[in-house]
Amino acid sequence: MSTATHKLLKGATGDWEMVIGMEIHAQVTSNSKLFSGASTEFGGEPNTHVSLVDAAMPGMLPVINEECVRQAVRTGLGLNARINLRSVFDRKNYFYPDLPQGYQISQYKSPVVGEGEVLVELDGGRSVTVGIERLHLEQDAGKLLHDQSPSMSHVDLNRSGVALMEIVSKPDIRDAEQAKAYVTKLRSILRYLGTCDGDMEKGNLRADVNVSVRRPGGPLGTRCEIKNMNSITFIGQAIEYEARRQIEILEDGGAIDQETRLYDPNKGETRSMRSKEEAHDYRYFPDPDLLPLEFSQSFVDELRAKLPELPDQKKTRFVADLGLSAYDASVLVAERESADFYETVLDRLANRSRDGKMAANWVINELFGRLNKEGRDITGSPVTAEQLAAIIDLIGEGTISGKIAKDLFEIVWQEGGDPRALVESRGMKQVTDLSAIEKVVDDIIAANPDKAAQVKDKPQSLGWFVGQVMKASGGKANPQSVNDLLKSKLGI
Amino acid sequence: MTDLTSLTLAEARKGLADKTFTSLELTDAHLSAMEAARALNAFVLETPDQARAMAREADGKIAKGDAGPLAGIPLGIKDLFATEGIRTTACSKILGDFKPPYESTVTKQLWRDGAVLLGKLNNDEFAMGSSNETSCFGPVVNPWRREGSNTTLVPGGSSGGSASAVAALLCMGATATDTGGSIRQPAAFTATVGIKPTYGRCSRWGIVAFASSLDQAGPIARSVRDCAMLLRSMAGHDPKDTTSVDIAVPNYEAAIGKSVKGMRIGIPREYRLDGMPAEIEKLWEAGAAWLKAAGAELVEVSLPHTKYALPAYYIVAPAEASSNLARYDGVRYGLREQGRNIIEMYENSRAEGFGAEVKRRVMIGTYVLSAGYYDAYYLRAQKVRTLIKKDFEDCFAKGVDAILTPATPSAAFGIGEKGGADPVEMYLNDIFTVTVNMAGLPGIAVPAGKDAQGLPLGLQLIGRPFDEETLFSLGEVIEQAAGRFTPVRWW
Repeated sequence: MSTATHKLLKGATGDWEMVIGMEIHAQVTSNSKLFSGASTEFGGEPNTHVSLVDAAMPGMLPVINEECVRQAVRTGLGLNARINLRSVFDRKNYFYPDLPQGYQISQYKSPVVGEGEVLVELDGGRSVTVGIERLHLEQDAGKLLHDQSPSMSHVDLNRSGVALMEIVSKPDIRDAEQAKAYVTKLRSILRYLGTCDGDMEKGNLRADVNVSVRRPGGPLGTRCEIKNMNSITFIGQAIEYEARRQIEILEDGGAIDQETRLYDPNKGETRSMRSKEEAHDYRYFPDPDLLPLEFSQSFVDELRAKLPELPDQKKTRFVADLGLSAYDASVLVAERESADFYETVLDRLANRSRDGKMAANWVINELFGRLNKEGRDITGSPVTAEQLAAIIDLIGEGTISGKIAKDLFEIVWQEGGDPRALVESRGMKQVTDLSAIEKVVDDIIAANPDKAAQVKDKPQSLGWFVGQVMKASGGKANPQSVNDLLKSKLGI
Repeated sequence: MTDLTSLTLAEARKGLADKTFTSLELTDAHLSAMEAARALNAFVLETPDQARAMAREADGKIAKGDAGPLAGIPLGIKDLFATEGIRTTACSKILGDFKPPYESTVTKQLWRDGAVLLGKLNNDEFAMGSSNETSCFGPVVNPWRREGSNTTLVPGGSSGGSASAVAALLCMGATATDTGGSIRQPAAFTATVGIKPTYGRCSRWGIVAFASSLDQAGPIARSVRDCAMLLRSMAGHDPKDTTSVDIAVPNYEAAIGKSVKGMRIGIPREYRLDGMPAEIEKLWEAGAAWLKAAGAELVEVSLPHTKYALPAYYIVAPAEASSNLARYDGVRYGLREQGRNIIEMYENSRAEGFGAEVKRRVMIGTYVLSAGYYDAYYLRAQKVRTLIKKDFEDCFAKGVDAILTPATPSAAFGIGEKGGADPVEMYLNDIFTVTVNMAGLPGIAVPAGKDAQGLPLGLQLIGRPFDEETLFSLGEVIEQAAGRFTPVRWW
């Protein structure tokens, strides 16, 4: 593991270093809510997924959803974190119309998951380890609708009571790039685990970002918290803006007010939401409706035994078993869907030890390149893993050249079909029969006597002959055979 | 035929089974009694149509021979219990005309066993009070009066409607709840029997919450046996309340008449308060003597942290209440008083909807949980609670089967007489009962005698966790020795 050098910001009075910590709110993937049986389905008509408990009717009581606990523990294991066999649910008291109980059930002093860490890869083979402070379970709030009536706001409680995991990092992040890479990595881990779908557009993954600046290595500055960010790009922009804003204040001799801020992506700036003085006194205390959450070590061990392979482990395996470069391996494992696609290609290959690395190149360069060009993602790829595996098999066994393979890929992309049948029906097979190539070779040598003479002194110019022959064969000649034949005919 | 309303629940059960009378007749007798007793203000809602329909259904089942254990027995339900489609207000203005679309687990079990709903009973607003004077429907009047006096007395609280209705023969039994003494104190003030079972014995689901870690449902009835019968139907594990305990419900009635010979009864010296009226002292001694005569052994025990119980209770209970009552915000149901913005709407609705005592407790609770005070108040109160619990555990570990104490420091007092200037004066009513809630133990109040003015007084028995049976056995000994007490009808 290499330690990253991070970006410092230049101010008028010297360099500044950013100190960043994050609280990620990740919606737990589960069919029902944290303390009620109501559905967690997204996009229902307002107030159609609301139980008596979610609406906080008098006398209603919360009952913990065990699946949400399992998901939190699995996530903790995925973050290499300590799992607390006993944790406590607390009430966080405040009034807001989207909070029917008048308190959010959360975990304050005793979270279900303690300290852990995440390895975050950066460009150029650098990486940084970000510490996890804790992970706890809590209820989501409902949503206010302000556009339904000219004089009133309406409340939609569909989200009220949905389980969230709040994942709190240590202040180990030092610049916007690291922050973005951390969220990306965390999201990837959650999606591998299947504990959160990571859909930031729907708000299923959102981040509060704490930013402060200091002189490199100096004492910590006062932080500001930027609330409720649901785009990785905006997180980067907000951090850059916020750090610059703070530096400007400090360099002008001012002081930073500890406050909560919001990022406005249209203006590209953060603005104050509430100051420390205006902060709520949440009056946390243990929820007397719920017993402490207790489970056994064997419950944890069982979940651990059934964890899927996570991106770091997969990357290591790709490098060790298939000889992929670390970079290629990280590109493939970054998204669970990409890794799954690649692994399906591997499974279908006739000879994965021979062609596994080639398959990685094809997935990364040809497939991802083409998908990016068209703005599609891997799940919408017109070329299936099976088709791509067939194309790679055809290259590996020498039936087609790499160049023909690109044409074939294009045909499959556009028209679909079985690559092997297409090669057959469209006469794309590589010519390896020497006698068929020999005439072409002879003709080209005969037509270019001066070049033929030169090549004996300048063997590098053999490439020109190879190119001519390939061109004349319509790309179907086997380049190695052409090479060998030319060498013997030209006497080099 | 004797007046059907004067039967005990056990006697009525026999009469129904023998077809001496029908549930409809029994129900109608009670509905008439309720109508005639409106001066007591015990019921805040009478449900005669519902009652007669349920009675007919019970009669049908009795005729077919598949009657449940409470088939055809008319009951009153404290207005803290959610009753489906029937107004449930916790006697607070803030719930307005709230009709829950659900039935509390406890009442659901009563209907399952064939009981008949007569109506909803008055109580202190959100069960906060010891005199039933804080109800938005006005105070309940105790059917008992001092000899030769027309002064109206409180029935105690918060289950004042339950106690008053049972004592005045308006219902055969009633549901009640007890957070700091709200079953036992009104039972003692009205010469009825009330048991607060072990915390976790009855489901809290569908009961308007006051202080979740202390609230527990229980019955008030006219005899120990009647309480045993009711509790059997009310108790039981409920997966919808994770604090309810999954222990089989015994046939409590079987404990009635069981010998108490050899049982060790603790007499806690800390309950001997300075300035305690001599008649309370005398009553306590009488109770001890009766138990001794029945073969029990008396031992002096010490519960050293008793004196801290009341102050600690008045931190823990308001703290939980301040949070539990946050849901009454005018947004989704109940009273809404408009304002220029959301904060004003909250303020107006809660200012208008809550009474003075509720507001006082919400403010105390908010204060003790606030930053900088939490450790000094709430956390310390919880520590005290642990110590109180340990006091009892130590006592039971020494082989004590139950503890005998007075139920209240005095008999019923006049309406408007107490707590006007100093709320603590009212809070002191619960001095003997709150420790039991703080420790989560079962406690029963049994009528044991009268004071010099002819007002009933009760004794309390405190048991081991989930050992309500011992309390029923011992309670019945006191009941047999002391006799039954019925108020002279004046209303």
